Amino acid sequence: MSDNEQFKVREEPFYRQQRNEVALYEAAYAARLPVMVKGPTGCGKSRFIEYMAWKLDRPLITVACNEDMTASDLVGRYLLEANGTRWLDGPLTTAARIGAICYLDEVVEARQDTTVVIHPLTDHRRTLPLDKKGELLRAHADFQLVISYNPGYQSLMKDLKQSTKQRFTAFDFDYPNAALEIAILASESGIDEATAARLVDVGAAARRLKGHGLDEGISTRLLVYAAALIKGGVTPVDACRMALVRPITDDRDIRDTLEHAVESIFV
Amino acid sequence: MPDTDSKNGARWEERLRAYRERLACGFPQVAEVFEDCMREALAVLTSAGVGGYLDTARFLGGMGRGVEPVLVFLEEWPPIARTLGEDALPAISATMHALCKSPNARAITPFLQTLAAVARRLPSGPQMQRYLDLIDDFTARTTGSIHGIQQTFASPGLPDFLAQAPALLDKLSISGLHKWVDYGIRNYPNHPERQREYFGLQSADSRAVLQRERHGTLLVDNERLLDIYLRGLWGDSAQLVPYPTDIEQLPRPVPYYDASGMRLPDVLDDVAGVSGINRYRATLAHIAAHRRWSMPMFADNCSPMQRMAIEVFEDSRIETLAMRAYPGLRRIFLALHPAPLEGACDPETTSCLRHRLTMFSRALLDAEHGYHDAELLKFVRHFHDTMAQGNSSSEEIAALALAYIARTRRQSDQLADVHFADTEVSYRDDNRHLWRFHELSDDEEMFDEQRPMEAPADGDRLPPRHYPEWDYQSQSYRPDWVSLYESLHPAGDAADIDRVLEKHAALASRLKRLLDILKPQDKLRIRYQEDGSELDLDVALRSLIDFKSGASPDPRINMSHRTNGRNLSVLVLLDLSQSLADKVEVAASGGEQSILELSQEAVSLLAWSIEQLGDPFAIAGFHSDSRHDVRYLHLKGYSERWNDAVKARLAAMQAGYSTRMGAAMRHAAHYLAAQTADKKLLLVLTDGQPADVDVHDERLLIEDARKSVEELDQQGIFTYCINLDRRADDYVGDIFGRRYTVIDNIARLPERLPELFMALTR
Ligand SMILES: Nc1ncnc2c1ncn2[C@@H]1O[C@H](COP(=O)(O)OP(=O)(O)OP(=O)(O)O)[C@@H](O)[C@H]1O
Ligand SMILES: [Mg+2]
Repeated sequence: MSDNEQFKVREEPFYRQQRNEVALYEAAYAARLPVMVKGPTGCGKSRFIEYMAWKLDRPLITVACNEDMTASDLVGRYLLEANGTRWLDGPLTTAARIGAICYLDEVVEARQDTTVVIHPLTDHRRTLPLDKKGELLRAHADFQLVISYNPGYQSLMKDLKQSTKQRFTAFDFDYPNAALEIAILASESGIDEATAARLVDVGAAARRLKGHGLDEGISTRLLVYAAALIKGGVTPVDACRMALVRPITDDRDIRDTLEHAVESIFV
Repeated sequence: MPDTDSKNGARWEERLRAYRERLACGFPQVAEVFEDCMREALAVLTSAGVGGYLDTARFLGGMGRGVEPVLVFLEEWPPIARTLGEDALPAISATMHALCKSPNARAITPFLQTLAAVARRLPSGPQMQRYLDLIDDFTARTTGSIHGIQQTFASPGLPDFLAQAPALLDKLSISGLHKWVDYGIRNYPNHPERQREYFGLQSADSRAVLQRERHGTLLVDNERLLDIYLRGLWGDSAQLVPYPTDIEQLPRPVPYYDASGMRLPDVLDDVAGVSGINRYRATLAHIAAHRRWSMPMFADNCSPMQRMAIEVFEDSRIETLAMRAYPGLRRIFLALHPAPLEGACDPETTSCLRHRLTMFSRALLDAEHGYHDAELLKFVRHFHDTMAQGNSSSEEIAALALAYIARTRRQSDQLADVHFADTEVSYRDDNRHLWRFHELSDDEEMFDEQRPMEAPADGDRLPPRHYPEWDYQSQSYRPDWVSLYESLHPAGDAADIDRVLEKHAALASRLKRLLDILKPQDKLRIRYQEDGSELDLDVALRSLIDFKSGASPDPRINMSHRTNGRNLSVLVLLDLSQSLADKVEVAASGGEQSILELSQEAVSLLAWSIEQLGDPFAIAGFHSDSRHDVRYLHLKGYSERWNDAVKARLAAMQAGYSTRMGAAMRHAAHYLAAQTADKKLLLVLTDGQPADVDVHDERLLIEDARKSVEELDQQGIFTYCINLDRRADDYVGDIFGRRYTVIDNIARLPERLPELFMALTR
């Protein structure tokens, strides 16, 4: 199997459009503009990119960024072998070579010196210098860079530099509206719409508490978890406790209130 | 028939004579009421019980303490026996005998006078026994031993205590009462005066211990929890204000809300399986539902009875809607809502309107109400049909209410004697918000804003700086629109701030521990580097082993060092507008403080914290009086240390004028931009939305502030807002995106502000 095929998204991911982001993304891709997707955790950013890769029939290479990640983890490095060394492309380099969509999830997590290596790929140059190898890689015509970024991080230490931000077009994601979220829960988990609607009500209560003791509301992802538990036979109250309340906070007042909300919503 | 009547009459006279003999008491006042008392007693007591009743009364009459004790006992015992059962008499009698033998016989009358009320609060035998034991203990410990002379003086505090007992038991469990009594006896054994004050609830410590021991769920302890409830489940928020419930006042005060907040009982006990906290939630749900779905109506055209009916129908309507959103509320409402008995009210002698309406309200809530009244059933059906169409409306349901009382009207509804039993729905508010009156217009609020500060004379000022302002309507800037004057903040007494820091010494030492973690180490090691300044031996060895064993080794075997991890510059911008002078209650100390004072304390602690961390920082305040006069006041410059000059300025902080936020932020940015740090943070502390006297479009200054945040963002300045306004959710996100925190409990600002800063820069 060629590299190209290996990274293709084979089956259509389930994705429900929030507004007109699909068309906008297609336009951005047509112009090969780098894309940044912003929004709270678990609201559908990764799913959206996966869906777009499928729709555009491009390979997708996803990198989950973390604090210990260095530039070489993205670009590539020499490996020691019994009879010498061998160069191994990093995921970013691979994507640029084969013309994939490269999705750097949670870039803010990476150290700042790491983030800088993407700069030449994101302007008109569309190149990636492989310093160690002494190669200047020209990105494949189909290559596109996408980063995700959750501005909910309540820390200025984890913010992107202006010089990074200003290289991207951006999509602002938020939790889907109630009707859409109900449809998503129903179709992801197979529970009925009435139960899905109740779950969305619990989510709404938590989201209203953001900034009042909660850093983030309950994500769509967690709602999907709760729905899956219910589908599997867990009682709604237990499912909510397990998937919605406990994961998000240890604040007693907020827990009490959310538990009460769950018990008021699912009698 | 008259024959049997007179025969019965004769037999009754005979029995009465026998009872009188057994009582053997010659007081004429007793003779007067004896027959009535006996009738009551016979309705409650067995014949053995009657014997005990009369014997105890004889003992009290022969005690040599006048008529009062026997009179009170004769009248009070039958109703007490109804609550406690007649078996309780021997124990009670024993207590009275003991009192009689001690110098405390005078206390028997107050004991008997409050016994019925006490019995209602301690209706079980064991509970009552604990009360009697408490009295024995009280007597033994406070009687007579003052100068070692045994049992000569009566207990000074006992009569006062007995008189207060019912009121005390309203707030205390029997165990709590034990503790309260114990405290008083231990602390005032030898001061008759002080002891009397304590047990008469006159002294401060007596009331304080009472508060400490009281039962139930206190509003003050649960304010945040309830605020979160209101916000999370209802998207609503309001000041929660407790009203006292300790007065035995009828009718009982009822929750209500108005512009200044929601008024709730200061304490609620568990009732009918519903916890105190859920009773508060029930009231908040009811009020929030009114605020969401009720529309005020004109009261002038309605009679008081019509209004009562409309209120009950409307209460039921909004509760129906609330239960649609939160079905679990039904269980709570059902448990708390009285279930009046059909036929309990006699329409010949009493006004039954309340009773009828409460039945109706019950029937709407409880499908198994079991009522038979045809009109009631018909209107219950109408009501449900109406609600099945959607939300209905205040007006529509009012029409149904009027039809209902028109159909069920009775002459006796007008009677002064109203049937009250089982008609109080404790979690509902008084519906004052539902009515408007044509005569009064409540929109004539007075707008005389206070102007406490004199504008500095023009001569002293530097020439203004001009800033643009964003006009969202035309999507363009108004160039040089705002004149901003900067000056050094006047100084006060630095010692004031030192006192503040002292007051928060405990908090400061807690913060210190957090700060130490954040404090930059001189050298910071960065591991896992491919190219670094030194070999990281641990990692290198691991890699070598990997390599030798045929796995691919991690090439990141070096490390390097970085000095001083925090390269951060901060500017704290304080809103000094008039609203800062508002007072808030500070639960911990029981007193009031202005938001300004709290901000002052908070900023002092913040400044102290940042100084510990060594980040360069400045503090400035602002307020405005139209676009021609925005004032930017320096409290601390970057070059200054956290010293007495700075503290003195902080000590002189005052509140006045308005909040033109955008201009102030642009000016602050001008200082931050000149800083060389990697990260730049602007912290805005405010208690309200941007506004100014010359701007009437609320959105304008909000949009301008939003724009200025965007501009700052472009300059690489991270803006973060700490907002003290409960209603901030409406606008703060528009301005600051996700970068804000609303502090609901302003009293906690002094600890929250430094914590927030640390979290933000971790
Ligand atoms: N519009 C949508 N259509 C279909 N599913 C969705 C949509 N939005 C959210 N989901 C569901 O929510 C889950 C979480 O979404 P996703 O993993 O894309 O979150 P994310 O925004 O990338 O979160 P994070 O920032 O934590 O990575 C998905 O697995 C999917 O079940
Ligand atoms: Mg994701």
